[in-house]
Amino acid sequence: MYEPKIIAFLCRWCASAAADLAGVSRLSYPANIIPIVVPCSGRVDPRAIIEAFLNGADGVLIGGCHTPNDCHYISGNFKAFKRIHILKKLLKQFGIEPERIRLEWISATEATKLVQVTKDFVETIRKLGPLAR
Amino acid sequence: MKERIGVFICHCGRNIAGTVDVEKVAEVISKHPQVVHCETYVYMCSEPGQKLIMDAIRNKGLTAVVVAACSTTIHYETFARVVEADGLNRYKLEIANIREQCSWIHINRKEATEKAIRIVLASIAKVSMDEPLYPIKAKVTRKCLVIGGGIAGITAALDIANSGIPVVLVEKSPTIGGKMAMLSETFPTLDCAQCILTPKMAEVARHPNVKILTCSEVISVEGYVGNFKVKILKHPRKVDPSKCRLCTLCERVCPVTVPREFDRGLSTRKAIYIPFPQAVPSAYVVDEEHCTKCGLCVKVCPTKAINLDEKEEIIEEEVGAIIVATGYDLYPGEKLREYGYGVYKDVIDSLQFERLLSSGGPTKGQILRPSDKKPVKRIVFIQCAGSRDDNHLKYCSKICCMYTAKHALLFKERVHDGEVTIFYIDIRAAGKGYEEFIKRVQEEFEVNYIRGKVSKVYRDKNGDMVVIGVDTLSGQKVTVRADLVVLALGIIPQLDRDLASMIKIPVDEYGFAQEVHPKLRPVECVTSGVFVCGAVQGPKDISETVTQASAAAAKVIELLTQEYITHEPTIAEVDKDLCSGCRICIAVCPYGAIEIVEGKAKINEVLCEGCGACVVACPSSAIKLRNYTDSQLINMVKAALTGV
Ligand code: FES
Repeated sequence: MYEPKIIAFLCRWCASAAADLAGVSRLSYPANIIPIVVPCSGRVDPRAIIEAFLNGADGVLIGGCHTPNDCHYISGNFKAFKRIHILKKLLKQFGIEPERIRLEWISATEATKLVQVTKDFVETIRKLGPLAR
Repeated sequence: MKERIGVFICHCGRNIAGTVDVEKVAEVISKHPQVVHCETYVYMCSEPGQKLIMDAIRNKGLTAVVVAACSTTIHYETFARVVEADGLNRYKLEIANIREQCSWIHINRKEATEKAIRIVLASIAKVSMDEPLYPIKAKVTRKCLVIGGGIAGITAALDIANSGIPVVLVEKSPTIGGKMAMLSETFPTLDCAQCILTPKMAEVARHPNVKILTCSEVISVEGYVGNFKVKILKHPRKVDPSKCRLCTLCERVCPVTVPREFDRGLSTRKAIYIPFPQAVPSAYVVDEEHCTKCGLCVKVCPTKAINLDEKEEIIEEEVGAIIVATGYDLYPGEKLREYGYGVYKDVIDSLQFERLLSSGGPTKGQILRPSDKKPVKRIVFIQCAGSRDDNHLKYCSKICCMYTAKHALLFKERVHDGEVTIFYIDIRAAGKGYEEFIKRVQEEFEVNYIRGKVSKVYRDKNGDMVVIGVDTLSGQKVTVRADLVVLALGIIPQLDRDLASMIKIPVDEYGFAQEVHPKLRPVECVTSGVFVCGAVQGPKDISETVTQASAAAAKVIELLTQEYITHEPTIAEVDKDLCSGCRICIAVCPYGAIEIVEGKAKINEVLCEGCGACVVACPSSAIKLRNYTDSQLINMVKAALTGV
């Protein structure tokens, strides 16, 4: 079976904490997800996402704290939301399916949400197939 | 410089080694060109494990360390101390989490091992570009500014002053005491408000660490946490408090009569006056707006305390922290046309009723109606006047249910055969002893509670006030005749927009000051070093206000008892050569940490929290986040994807 490679930018305060909790609770999710911990979802530069695609990723997941109040840096999640919205549109112009990028708000306690999101995302990417470069 | 990286892979007993083939990871990682040392150990966090790291740093001259083990949150500090013990900078350490985010969630050994390698490679990519950093230090001015001299400001000022920290308490009006000074009794214990407040006013007034500035406003705030520069405009009081002996001669000769604010217009005062007898400072004041400068008072004053030519003054203060405690106001009753407030003298607001109840008030505590001074027998209270109303205030003002019940009780105590009707939407009495209080009022004092909204209030030809509403429980229209109607007006924040933007406190859609987090950081503002307490942050009663004021004070004491503020150095940094001064970063910074100096962005090291929002926004790539640079992030991505 085709195994996609997925980079997951997880904000340190919520999404990465949820991933830690998933570990502690021994909830399993696909190993296709490679975590990269970032200070905040607002730190995720669209360029880093594009680099991920250029270097072999088939999908990119960005996990941040819930809107409106949870971002440790007040409004980084809103900034991520706007930037990724635009990036998706842009990538579409280049023939890259916007579904290859997924932005999710995952609080530190939502290990189950992280698991469900990652499983679902891996399935989505599997269906889309490898990114033609 | 070529890095000499050491990688230490923990088995964590079987926690990691059970799923991840740690030896395989070590084998692959040792081939990395920058890795000069790589080993695995059963418990890297144990004494012998730590020793392995120290030995390798010393013997192999490591310049950077990656520990592949459990989550950063668990042992970062442990390993940071280990590397520091051997002279490495703690920022040259990275933890690769191969337990929580790898071994514990996978079963397939091959997959888990491969993923662990990717995670470690990404950490190597990061650490090789990490810079050694040192904590940022800034001095702290040990003084606090408290804005607002109500019960919130007084409480906070006293707590801080008692800890030995000087306080400047700024109050707009001529006396401290705020709204609480106007109240008769407080719910649910019926303590006399003056009796519990005035000792505190006196205490704060004579406290050696408190400087009170009345008739004063903050007009400019510059600087940052620990180092604010504040300008305060002190309007002329025109009476020297140290000379005034409250002999009343001046007010007796003053020819100008105006409504008295403290009684909310139910009585009058002169243009030279004292707001109320227990005012602090205990001195008369000249009302600049109404004074005709006739000079009669100056002539009669036996102590020569009056100077009608006194000018305003600008006072500058340096403080380390600011507390905003500017309190609330009542929603303007005039906006509720159907209730006739401002049209009929006998429709009054709840603070006016407090004044009628107060023994120091305009009627000495007798309940006389304002229009003809006739004793009131029948009274109607209208709750949620303006609150929970889409056309006025959407929110619940929280205190009105309780104070209206209190009003009903106090009225019945004074007028035993009085008839009390209360119109309400819901009774909200969540608080210690509150529900019991409401029950007592309903049962013992035979107050008629009608669930429903009032549609109209008017005066009939006999001079009676007629209140028409609907009882929503029975669906019946009700008409109640009364001598006096009291509106439980909603409360609105008293926070000047200019002041808010000067101090950089965000406000919510209603104008209440916004705390950083409603649950976990309820008294802090986003602007570091600024705190809020009392009703300016949201509707609340006296107990909650005092609690919050003490909390804000504790936060200030925590801040100002440090000699230096130390701050994480992983913050943003501007490359001046690349910066075009476009100001985009200023707009995205949530902390107001960036300013333009000589055409280039400049980051305040103490205010920057290192979120990286500006880095992403900068169109010239002139800003980097220390130890999270764009190249680091991209190299991490590349390393993670390259893998084995
Ligand atoms: S810190 Fe999690 S999204 Fe900003």
